[in-house]
Amino acid sequence: MSKKQHYKITVNGKEEEFLAEPRELLIHTLRERLKITGPHIGCETSHCGACTVTVNGKSVKSCTVFVAQADGTEITTIEGIGSPDALHPLQEAFKEHHGLQCGFCTPGMIIRASKLLEEIPNPSEEEIRFGMAGNICRCTGYQNIVKSIQAAAAEMNSAKEAAE
Amino acid sequence: MIPAAFEYYRPKDMTGVLSLLGEHGDNARVIAGGHSLIPMMKLRMADVPHLIDLQGVGGLDDIELSANSIRIGAMVTQHDIIDHNGLASAAPILREAALQIADPQVRYMGTVGGNVANGDPGNDMPGLMQCLDATFTVVGLDGERDIPARQFYEAAYMTAREDEEVLTSITMLIPAGGYAYEKQKRKIGDYATAAAAVLLTKEGNTCKSASIAMTNLSDIPVYSEEAGAALVGSSLDDTAIKAAVTAVLGDIDPSEDNRGPVAFKKHLAGVILRRAIERAWSRA
Ligand SMILES: Cc1cc2nc3c(=O)[nH]c(=O)nc-3n(C[C@H](O)[C@H](O)[C@H](O)COP(=O)(O)OP(=O)(O)OC[C@H]3O[C@@H](n4cnc5c(N)ncnc54)[C@H](O)[C@@H]3O)c2cc1C
Ligand code: FES
Ligand code: FES
Repeated sequence: MSKKQHYKITVNGKEEEFLAEPRELLIHTLRERLKITGPHIGCETSHCGACTVTVNGKSVKSCTVFVAQADGTEITTIEGIGSPDALHPLQEAFKEHHGLQCGFCTPGMIIRASKLLEEIPNPSEEEIRFGMAGNICRCTGYQNIVKSIQAAAAEMNSAKEAAE
Repeated sequence: MIPAAFEYYRPKDMTGVLSLLGEHGDNARVIAGGHSLIPMMKLRMADVPHLIDLQGVGGLDDIELSANSIRIGAMVTQHDIIDHNGLASAAPILREAALQIADPQVRYMGTVGGNVANGDPGNDMPGLMQCLDATFTVVGLDGERDIPARQFYEAAYMTAREDEEVLTSITMLIPAGGYAYEKQKRKIGDYATAAAAVLLTKEGNTCKSASIAMTNLSDIPVYSEEAGAALVGSSLDDTAIKAAVTAVLGDIDPSEDNRGPVAFKKHLAGVILRRAIERAWSRA
């Protein structure tokens, strides 16, 4: 075992400091150490996207990052974009348009979609499917995920227009 | 899926990296995006007692364009390549290939340096860089040296880079003419069953120059000089394309795996190469 090191990461705006072995995977830091259990472990082999979080503005599979690499970063998980009383437009749209069935993939889907809509505020269906290709869903067949993202994009764009 | 324990370092400059590599020899490895190395460490196929993170070293993530050449820092990610409009207009084949690598999350992390240094025959950038006749610059305690991409690969995971050297950048001339990166994969996020990188120039209706490299059809990327030569001077009629395919089939050496048997891979190599040649020609 290598020695524990001191790490500091900011998760959903809150600074977290702790001791951990460098080999700890970021997903385990989030779920087991910090009890932030939104990000899920689907495969733990970089394939399913259930563990996706935003690290310094990038969508990242947190099962494929060592906590040591994440030292000093800012991380956003599903918990950081909305709450049960104030859902993010993507959360609202997934609920309205049946963008989930079992819900296991959903935190990864939504956090990835939030980044996609930052980069492409009004994506075509093709852009959504390509931009969401790192997230696997075993239930929905994706159709309603695409619909939910389109609906959220429309909602966010009209809210932005109204604000201007 | 927890890897064996390691010591982690994040040096602030290349001198720090090189002295750690010098001190720990082949017990040390650098980590860039980690999206090839971490899976290997989790499977305990790579044992890395000393892990040296390149993320704190400055000056490795620039894309520089001059009138006739391109320099890409080793830590430039696949996402950066896709995102860079100047690069996409200077060498659109780079964006076309990068878009066919892995998935969005992996492309934010995976670096060009890691992709070409890794030495995995499944990686797409090595064949691409051979097609572009790129040069890799590596630095060691004795200084820098340049290695042509076409001479870099020795066997799977074996390259001309010494263990104590770090790849710092990739340079190439801005390619002229038509291009295509054509890749057959089982699904998005998969490595190639077969892929072809093709650059062609034309004068009138005659092919003036051709560069062809293939991915994941041997234990190293395959630059086929003979395949290119089969096209030069022709008008890319069926006979010329068939000759190029025959030349490539002579140069590749696929092995059977879960992507299919050898005969299938050879057949597919021909199909993918033909598509790439036709698309590059239509753009020349
Ligand atoms: C699900 C998934 C799908 C993928 N699909 C594809 C695909 O279709 N095509 C494809 O090409 N790749 C694919 N990859 C691999 C991905 O592109 C990797 O990110 C890339 O191969 C390596 O880049 P990296 O920065 O992550 O390197 P790392 O994993 O950090 O390093 C890889 C190796 O290169 C060495 N290295 C890294 N940087 C340097 C340097 N500057 N100098 C010297 N040595 C260095 C490391 O020591 C290590 O041995 C996939 C990965 C995943 C997880
Ligand atoms: S748990 Fe990370 S990609 Fe599946
Ligand atoms: S809703 Fe069940 S995996 Fe996506």
